[in-house]
Amino acid sequence: MNFSFLHEQWPTFLSAAWTTLQLSAVGVVLGTLLGVLFALMRISTFKPFKFFASAYIEVIRGTPLLVQILLIHYGLAEFINLPAFASGVVALTMNCAAYMAEVFRAGIQAIDKGQLEAARSLGMTRTMAMRHVVLPQAFRNMLPAIGNEFIIIIKDSSLVSVIGIGELLYRARILQGSLFLPLEPLIVVAVIYFVLTFTLSNLLQALERKLNKS
Amino acid sequence: MIKVEELHKSFGSNQVLKGINTTINKGEVVAVIGPSGSGKSTFLRCLNRLEEPTSGRIYFEEREVTGSQSELNQIRQRMGMVFQHFNLFPHMTVMENLLLAPTLLKKNNKASGQEFALELLRSVGLEDKQSAYPAKLSGGQKQRIAIARALAMQPTVMLFDEPTSALDPEMVGEVLDVMKKLAKDGMTMIIVTHEMGFAREVGDRLIFMDGGNIVEEGNPREIMANPQHPRTQDFLSKVL
Repeated sequence: MNFSFLHEQWPTFLSAAWTTLQLSAVGVVLGTLLGVLFALMRISTFKPFKFFASAYIEVIRGTPLLVQILLIHYGLAEFINLPAFASGVVALTMNCAAYMAEVFRAGIQAIDKGQLEAARSLGMTRTMAMRHVVLPQAFRNMLPAIGNEFIIIIKDSSLVSVIGIGELLYRARILQGSLFLPLEPLIVVAVIYFVLTFTLSNLLQALERKLNKS
Repeated sequence: MIKVEELHKSFGSNQVLKGINTTINKGEVVAVIGPSGSGKSTFLRCLNRLEEPTSGRIYFEEREVTGSQSELNQIRQRMGMVFQHFNLFPHMTVMENLLLAPTLLKKNNKASGQEFALELLRSVGLEDKQSAYPAKLSGGQKQRIAIARALAMQPTVMLFDEPTSALDPEMVGEVLDVMKKLAKDGMTMIIVTHEMGFAREVGDRLIFMDGGNIVEEGNPREIMANPQHPRTQDFLSKVL
């Protein structure tokens, strides 16, 4: 094993890690917001919303993320010229939204019906009851599942290397070729991915502990 | 104060209410009794439309409960409800439970709301629990808080859906005491209950329901002493 390239190449890995983080963070944040929307649509009584959300979730869950990334990148190129980074963000967001929607739906439906009834019986509107009574409780229950999805997105962001975004895996592949080292750059990025996800996982556990105290 | 006209409710093909007609007057304490499945809880839940009536009309203080949603939200602010399983908000302290709805729905200032909430907690004997979370309370305490939470909206009528059925026997008394005090203070109350002694002592009127109909209604003492309808006789012979 020869890791001497790190001496010169560490800024490359650092900036690649930064790109990975940006991709995942934007994907997760937008995906979560969109996910809440899809979840509310899926449990709504308005049939067209319900149908659209269900169809969306099934299609996204039923097709590989790699295929989605390629489809979005080359498909959108027919209409607008998006930079690769934007295509990557769109693909990760759309994918994340589908899984988050299911996490949120399950979380909301797990809250006892009596909670909504108590809030409504006091005169609160449906929106108030959701926002102040149901969602805060659902969020606490959903935290482990949300954390899981965050971690999956960080790892799956490596798939956007196929459309040439300079994130961790893409840079490692380039170094493999230019340095004639098949293994070492991959080991380095594996370690970086693990550090990212492990840190996140610990942060989420700390947040859970904090919420459980109250 | 509340007027119910030809109230029907079906769940699928199951007819639960088959045409209820009744009027509830201001200050009246009405106890609703009957065997399980008689429709008494459904009847109560239709009064503030937690259960959507299949047909019929309900009026409350000259406004139609069975009207628009925005009208309904206004009406619900004036109709408190207490549930069998308390349904306190577990992620909030007792004080926050009491203040949530008034803060969101009433325009008056925060300090006076807090003062009123404290007064309510004092009246149910739980002033010292204001910063406790519901998980730390006993069943009887939870139900007394739930009553205070409903009162915090200053309702003119209170609906009770089997308020003591989920309680350990030794805690029933403390909840009934709070309800008695409320009745004595002149609150209009409709109580679905299995507590016959309470219904006789506090009730101004007894409604006996069976099979989705009001079978018999009138003075609780008279009905319990001398039920007219065979089904009332049969039911009372089992529970008294």
